[in-house]
Amino acid sequence: MIAALICVISLAAFLQFFVSYCRSILASSRKVELSDRVREVTGIANENVGADDFDRLLQLVRLCPERADDQAEIRAVGTYYGLLYFVGRLTRPVIPSVAAWVEQERRSCSYFAAVALDRRISYSRDLFSQQIADRL
Amino acid sequence: MPGPLDYALWLVGFLAEIAVVVCAIHRRAFARYIPLLFYLLCDALVTLGLYYCLRNFGFNSSTYFYYYYYSESVLTILMFWVIITFYLQVFEEMGVSRQIRGAAVLLLTLTALFSYAVVHQNRDHLTSRFVVQLNQNLRFVGVVLTYLLWGAILKLRETRTRLVQLVLALGVYFSATAGTYALRNLFPVLQPSVLRWVPPVIGLWLPLAWGFTFVKVPEEARLATARLAVKAR
Repeated sequence: MIAALICVISLAAFLQFFVSYCRSILASSRKVELSDRVREVTGIANENVGADDFDRLLQLVRLCPERADDQAEIRAVGTYYGLLYFVGRLTRPVIPSVAAWVEQERRSCSYFAAVALDRRISYSRDLFSQQIADRL
Repeated sequence: MPGPLDYALWLVGFLAEIAVVVCAIHRRAFARYIPLLFYLLCDALVTLGLYYCLRNFGFNSSTYFYYYYYSESVLTILMFWVIITFYLQVFEEMGVSRQIRGAAVLLLTLTALFSYAVVHQNRDHLTSRFVVQLNQNLRFVGVVLTYLLWGAILKLRETRTRLVQLVLALGVYFSATAGTYALRNLFPVLQPSVLRWVPPVIGLWLPLAWGFTFVKVPEEARLATARLAVKAR
């Protein structure tokens, strides 16, 4: 009985901590403005990045050379996005307010992926310029 | 017997813990996070001890068994010291450090008494059940303490990003391990196939998440914690 209670409470706490942790990572990307370069590559016209763009943006991120320092956060946000997708599908017909919140969160994840792409493009350009400079 | 994946998890965890300590020293965060770094160093030493026990006594030996579970319990108690320092940082302007320390000691004593009472009722299968029960209870106390701390952070509108991320990573760790131990108590049959992988993987999470925070989040970074609370609008 006690073990069952601990199990349920721990699971609820885990979800809350994990969601808050992912939101703290997303919060840092919210302040970053997307460059014209990444808008051109992704076709994002205004500030609003679509909730369903996450996978497409992540594929573009994977095409760029890897940076050692952003792997963990991309993975954590990817897991969070997967969880949101699952919750969104479950709650859409039943609890619209939760579904709306999930949609907003998924948009934040997509914006995070766009910021990550922007950073990787800048990183690739820096690498390229460095190689050209080394050859000269 | 542990396979290559077990050894790989041990090695990555060990290296990650050492890397976090080095990184914190390099970024001059050592003095502020002494308990946290001490915990990581102890965890790395425990991993070395575990390897020693495995090599000299074998995986199925009682020495390995007791070393594994009792070192876990000692590490969890060390982790309470980490939580208490987080409490002290959150409440540092209110001057209630004595009360916080007193409450922490009381809570630990109550946990020990509760575990003893539970074990006293199951005396016939004392040894193996005791360690799992003790770990489950200690981890659950960790969940409660971290949850209360998270509540205080939200209530006091704490804005230090580094502190917030360190606490949240700790919350993920404690809730996942407490849940795993509870599941193990409920369904012992799941232990060899599924649940045995959770503690090493979650053990890896903590140094990686803390390392990420030390590397990416400067001490002076701030965020609005109210935006992190999970609320459906």
